[in-house]
Amino acid sequence: MKKLINNPDDIIKEQLEGMQAAHPDLIKVNFEPYYITRAGGPVKGKVALISGGGSGHEPMHGGFVGHGMLHAACPGEVFTSPTPDQMHLAAKAADGGAGVLNIVKNYTGDVMNFEMAAELAMADGIKVQNIVIDDDIAVKDSLYTAGRRGVGSTVLIEKICGAASEEGYDLQSLSALCRTLNQNGRSMGMALTSCITPANGSPSFDIGDDEMEIGIGIHGEPGIQREKIKTVDEIAEMMTVSILEDAAYSRALKEWDFEKNEWVEREIVDEPFKKGDKVIAFVNSMGGTPVSELYGVYRKVAQVTEKFGVKIVRNLIGPYITALEMQGCSITLMKVDDSMIKLWDAPVKTPGLRWGV
Amino acid sequence: MLKKEHVISWLSESFSVLEENRQYLTQLDTAIGDADHGNNMYRGFKKVNEQLPALEGKDIGAVLKAVAMTLISTVGGASGPLYGTFFLQAATKCTGKDELTPQEVSVMFKAGLQGVKMRGKAQPGDKTMIDVLEPATTTLSELVEKGEPLDIAIKEAVSVAMEKLKETIPMIAKKGRASYLGERSKGHQDPGATSSMFILEAFSKAIS
Ligand SMILES: Nc1ncnc2c1ncn2[C@@H]1O[C@H](COP(=O)(O)OP(=O)(O)O)[C@@H](O)[C@H]1O
Ligand SMILES: [Mg+2]
Repeated sequence: MKKLINNPDDIIKEQLEGMQAAHPDLIKVNFEPYYITRAGGPVKGKVALISGGGSGHEPMHGGFVGHGMLHAACPGEVFTSPTPDQMHLAAKAADGGAGVLNIVKNYTGDVMNFEMAAELAMADGIKVQNIVIDDDIAVKDSLYTAGRRGVGSTVLIEKICGAASEEGYDLQSLSALCRTLNQNGRSMGMALTSCITPANGSPSFDIGDDEMEIGIGIHGEPGIQREKIKTVDEIAEMMTVSILEDAAYSRALKEWDFEKNEWVEREIVDEPFKKGDKVIAFVNSMGGTPVSELYGVYRKVAQVTEKFGVKIVRNLIGPYITALEMQGCSITLMKVDDSMIKLWDAPVKTPGLRWGV
Repeated sequence: MLKKEHVISWLSESFSVLEENRQYLTQLDTAIGDADHGNNMYRGFKKVNEQLPALEGKDIGAVLKAVAMTLISTVGGASGPLYGTFFLQAATKCTGKDELTPQEVSVMFKAGLQGVKMRGKAQPGDKTMIDVLEPATTTLSELVEKGEPLDIAIKEAVSVAMEKLKETIPMIAKKGRASYLGERSKGHQDPGATSSMFILEAFSKAIS
């Protein structure tokens, strides 16, 4: 293993210290336990948008804390969900009196930890909703699996919902927007190489020089299928077509019911893309793939969507939701309407994403 | 009788066996997960182990509750809330008690198991820790009902658990991260079921 680290046990702390040193104007890092809030403290009267997950996906989520995006983020150990005490304290620190919306990527651990955290925060009198993001179409069904994973859509949703919070959306309307955006987004990922977690020191999976792994998540876990490597055109076309042609997807997701005062399962259906849809296209590096190659991917994504009759109205290209040094990419398409585009264009000022300010 | 000293030594034995098998558990999780289970369990039980001296005077309920809170706040992943819930629910059956009858031990395990099932919604056959925890708990409580002494009952529960653990190998995972692999999850032993096995073994060791 070759990495720019000291002792593997200290990396989360040291890297957070680095973030704090780099961005004192934007963020404030709490160390025991770990959570990151905006430098200016809670924003009065605005719903606090919080997310969290394992480390190793930077800039997500900590790099998205700041004006126009998240109010707080909770980093776990590398690829391991953070714990309820972190999320609970982050909620307390970020709540500006209008409640908290937790954006939760659909992984068993993240979902359960955020549920326990919401229960703790509610016991303190904070209004909390959890919305689960599950956009990875590589996972086909939710009956025999833990359901689709939360991947690329998360970044776009954090941006758009962050802007909506600044606009003054209340908890209910922000939750509804978040849910709709999740239904509107679909992603797929692939890897050329594995990644190495610092704690283990060896690759998370073995892969030949001439092979690629299709349908990977963001934790170095193996994907859905192993294939011989192909050209970027073939790979990007296969992924984009899979996304565009993905059928309606139905599953039940847990949300808090404020009337019944308990978790309830909501049956939610994602409708497939259709001609005339406007989308944000997001081509993401898994960490090790250079931006130049992402443009190679984007070229094909643009061609395929145009042929399908879907219009890309905005795009995001770069490493935003990564899996350490893994080579590979993910593609996300998210259907948006004019109000969502306006929220996308709104100013954002975070360590990882910044425009309009 | 299960004395509170036994509970303390159960927890320190658990730490020892999880420390010893940290890499092994992570290896199992590398095959069908995200290569962190051994590290997660080690981190959690190391913290538990550090707290044991401070817990020595406390009743069993208080000890188990403290363990639950520590695991919840240090393990992370799926196993953190699951094992945390196990000990939290187990604790509710031992509040204020300095020792437990074999029947009470069986009630404690059942409550823990029920907690894990509530939180994770897994069924036997889904290739999770439930595939070890449930048959072990059933065996324990059946033998205790028949009047077997606790150490005999738990030994038998461990040997049943050992068999059931092996049975997770051909299963297709339906819960947790391994479920994403579908058919490719076949042929690998479940990491969480394996750590449950170690914790049960530690229990047996602590009382014999
Ligand atoms: N829904 C569930 N119910 C019971 N056990 C589960 C469930 N999901 C996962 N597990 C257990 O958790 C183990 C994985 O734990 P760990 O690797 O620590 O967490 P993560 O999967 O979040 O990385 C699995 O091997 C399995 O036994
Ligand atoms: Mg794991």
